[in-house]
Order: sequence, then C-alpha cells, then structure tokens
Amino acid sequence: MTDLTAPARFERPSAVTFLGYLAGLVLVFWCLSGAGFSMDKVMTSPPRFADFLSRAFPPNLSGDVLGRLGWKMVETLQIAVAGAVLGVILSLPVALLAARGLIAGPWVNQTTRIVLGFIRAVPDIAWALVFVVAVGLGPFAGMLAILIDTVGFCGRFFADDMEATEKGPAESLTATGARRLDVVACATIPAAMPAFVSTALYALEKAVRSSTILGLVGAGGIGIELKVGFDLFDYPTALTVILMIAVVVIGIEQLSGHARTKIIGEQR
Amino acid sequence: MSDASLKRPGPQQRAAGPGQAAHAPDRAQPARAGHGTGAQAVPVPAIDIEARQVAKRFGDTQIFSDVSFRLERGRATALVGANGAGKSTLLRCLMGLIPVSGGEVRLLQQTATQARPAALRALRARVGLVSQKHNIVPRMSVLSNVLHGLLGQQGGPRHWSHVLAPAQSRAQAMQALEKVGLAHLALRRADRLSGGQSQRVAIARAIVSRPEVLFADEPCASLDPQAGEDVMDLFFDLARRDGVTVVFTSHNIDHALRYGDRVLGLADGRMRLDATASSLHESDLRGLYD
Ligand SMILES: Nc1ncnc2c1ncn2[C@@H]1O[C@H](COP(=O)(O)OP(=O)(O)O)[C@@H](O)[C@H]1O
Ligand SMILES: [Mg+2]
Repeated sequence: MTDLTAPARFERPSAVTFLGYLAGLVLVFWCLSGAGFSMDKVMTSPPRFADFLSRAFPPNLSGDVLGRLGWKMVETLQIAVAGAVLGVILSLPVALLAARGLIAGPWVNQTTRIVLGFIRAVPDIAWALVFVVAVGLGPFAGMLAILIDTVGFCGRFFADDMEATEKGPAESLTATGARRLDVVACATIPAAMPAFVSTALYALEKAVRSSTILGLVGAGGIGIELKVGFDLFDYPTALTVILMIAVVVIGIEQLSGHARTKIIGEQR
Repeated sequence: MSDASLKRPGPQQRAAGPGQAAHAPDRAQPARAGHGTGAQAVPVPAIDIEARQVAKRFGDTQIFSDVSFRLERGRATALVGANGAGKSTLLRCLMGLIPVSGGEVRLLQQTATQARPAALRALRARVGLVSQKHNIVPRMSVLSNVLHGLLGQQGGPRHWSHVLAPAQSRAQAMQALEKVGLAHLALRRADRLSGGQSQRVAIARAIVSRPEVLFADEPCASLDPQAGEDVMDLFFDLARRDGVTVVFTSHNIDHALRYGDRVLGLADGRMRLDATASSLHESDLRGLYD
C-alpha cells in the first residue's frame, strides 16, 4: 500500500547541516560586530541624515559653482574616455597572449592571466594612489589608473571572447596554410568583434564611474570637489556634485546601452 | 555488403610504387598538364595523398585505425560512412590539422605527420578546404573572404582585407569569384548571402590560390537539395578543369558515386570499402550508413 499521508513540511536537518547553519549564523554576527554595527547608531541616524539633508538642500545651483563643477566634470570624462580608449587598445595584444590556443603557448596564457588577475584584484583607487606617487598629483595619474584598470578587465574578457568564437572559419584559413596571426586577424577577431564592442562599452561605463572618485586621492576629476565640499561643510555644493555624478553616470549607461544595440544589433 | 569490392586497388595504383619520390620535384610540369597521361612513355600517375596505417584516438576513444590508401593525382575520391564514423576527423588528419595517433600521412609527396610548422604551412598553401558549414567570416566582404584564401602564399596585413590588398591579389580574387558566378557581389557583406552563395564564396576562397589538392567536407550538407546539386556541379567542374585532386566526404550515396572516381568507406573504425565508383551500386554502399 502506498502511504497517502502528506510528507512532513520540513525535512529534519542532519546534525552536520544544523551545525553548518549555526556556523553561518555565528559568522554573520561576527562580521556585523567587526563592522561596528550598532543599533544605537541606526536609531539615531535618521535625524542626523535629515539634518544633513536640510543643510544640503537646496543644492548649490549658482552659476559660478555650476560652471566650475561643469568643467571639473568635463575633465572627469576626459580622464575616463582617454584611459578607457587607451586601455581597450592595449587590451587587444594582451588578450591575444591570454587567450588559450590562439597564438601563445599555455605557459604564456597562464602567466598573462595571473598578471591580469592581479591587476583586477587591486582596486582602482589604489592604482590611483600608486600613480599619484609615480607621476604626481593630477588627472594624468587618474588616467593611468583607469587605463590599467581597463586592461585588467578587457584583457581578460577579450581573451574569453576570442576563445568562445566558432572555430570553423579559423580552421578553414589554417587549412590553406595561413599563419596563426593572420588567422586570428581574419577569422577570430572579426568573429569576436560584437563581444569586444559590448565589453569595451561596459569598460567605458566602469571608467566613468571610477573617474568620479579619483579626485579623492588627488588623481584629477570631480571627486576633489566632493571632498572639499564635505571638508568645508559646504553640503549644498557637495549635494550638487553627487547629483551631477548620478546624472552623468546614468546618462553614460543609457548612451552605451543605446550604442550597444545600435552597433551589435545591426551587425548580428 | 559487397565483399567483392573490398580492398581492391586499381592496377595503376600498384604500378605507382616505390619510384614515386623521383617525380616530386617536377610535379608542376608534364604530369600536371594532361592528366598525367599525354606525352610520357609510361603513364605513371603521381600519388598526391597517401595514408599508411593511419590511426586516430581522442583520449580513450579509438575513432579509426589501420587506414591505408593512395590517391592519384587528378582523381576525385569520395569518403563515405555513417554519421560519426570519423570522416571529418580523417580529413583533418590528412591536412595535418590534428595529429594522428599512429601511422603516417603523405601529402603531395611530403610527410604531413610530424612536419615542422613552417613545412606544414608551405604544404597547406598548396591545398584548399571547403567545409560543411561554409565557414566564411560573416562580418567581412565577400571579396575579403576570397582574398583570405591567398594567406597561405602571401601572409600579412595586406591580405587581411580587400581594402589593403595588392592589385594583383584583388584581380586574382575577382577571377575566383567570377568562376563561381559571384563577381557582382564582391562588396556584399558575407552574412547577407544565401546558403548556396556562401558555399560558393567558400569554394572561391579554396580555389583562389590554385591548389593542387582540394578537400571538401560534406560541401552541400547544409544546403537544400537543388542548391546542393548546383554547388557540387560547380565544385567538380572547377576541380576537373584544373586537374585538381579531390577528397570529399558525403552522406549522400548518389553524390559519392556520381562525383567520385573512387569510393572509400569508413565503418567500425576501419576502411571497409575501397573501390572504383563505376564498379559500385547504391546497394553496395547502404550497409555503410547503418
Ligand atoms: N576534437 C574531438 N575531440 C573528441 N572527440 C571528437 C573530436 N572530434 C570528433 N570527435 C568524435 O569523433 C567521432 C567522429 O567524428 P567525425 O569525424 O566528425 O565524424 P563524421 O564526420 O564521420 O560524422 C565522433 O564520435 C566525434 O564525437
Ligand atoms: Mg563530419
């Protein structure tokens, strides 16, 4: 006979599972305490936040402030675009070395991938600090930080994109005696182009987001205005900066999404 | 099964024995011109492709073993067998695109197995391939795709795109396109072509370098029957006109018998059939496709 009573709603966890849950819970509480979590501060923060808002509102929209911040924003975008474009260009040869089975042997692939992993592991703001030391304060240090960040990102994903292309066209060219580099240039790269475009546009979005805070460490761009605004308790100007950053970043994301469908959508 | 037709090399093949190497240097001369017969006192057809006990394994999976044959210059050989029998794999081994697990392949009278990369490239520059999926590059123009067929002979950025290509190469590519009847579409993007047109571009790319051997892996498998017939007719017209040696795989018994001079059949990891096409009937081949 089949047993028709409904099964239990919950399966009883085994002792090991139970201990696992318990350990997880302990871990979360340990982290919360490490993060200085305090219910007291949570309770008192809304009034303080409201206080900040009341002092920051309305944002400073006077002509000369908007003009100054506007130019800083232009510089920020210049840093982002210059760094991202150079980074994308440099990523291509790096990706050729990182892609398995293309032109370089496994040893080179692995070494390149490890270096790229290291580059990605270091946060962009840390790269900016390093370049400030290397080339001095200013936007050039910021551009270099964006550049290397872009190489870490695009180098890896361009390589993955090329590995994922269909092998047929490449094989057909190899069969006619073409060299590896010629095969890559004529079959692999054209096939990976839509993916490259998508990845590069994403890198640009990322660069714009990063470039807005590089100023915090003196590497150029609008970030410095944010820092100064808070340091001088000039909250209305700081709020203007925050809003400006939000508008530009959202704008760039929209634009890049539009470009993506325009370029790739039509080419597929 | 047709036991009678198994392993029956034609008389000329036996004649083309050890003296082969002597013919290698002057292949471009008399033998080439008149299908290897004309002026010579003793018509000894040259052997363009030779497999000696070739075996191929992927990991622990044996695909085939003990495959041996010698294919004469200017002849078309059909390689038949069921899906997954290893036809494409054997073609790749013949071109040195993948290493063999045993035995030896000689292509154009040179060892293709264990050849050094540069030597292998030089050898492949005398060979063309048309595959099942046309494998042309979608994002480039038809003309650039055809130019890529010259990369084996002239590498480098000038042959990456028709925009940069030397005038002579462009003219050569246009001639090849003319031969497949697509000269008027030279600047069309390759992904705006029909299946039949794409396969013609692939043929143009394969013949633009005037290869001595053409490989074709189910050249019409992805086409509808009529377009397939047209492509096969065109391909073999061009190959025969230039006396090119052809090896093609096919899942179509009729095609194998109609376009092949000789038929090789792969089954159960062995070469189960080797006969002239004229000695075979469709029924002889059916067993191979089960
Ligand atoms: N690169 C590869 N790695 C592992 N197995 C493969 C590879 N290529 C082909 N095979 C296997 O080899 C067998 C023969 O394949 P293939 O030569 O494509 O057959 P056919 O062309 O006769 O249909 C198939 O079972 C296939 O799965
Ligand atoms: Mg196949």
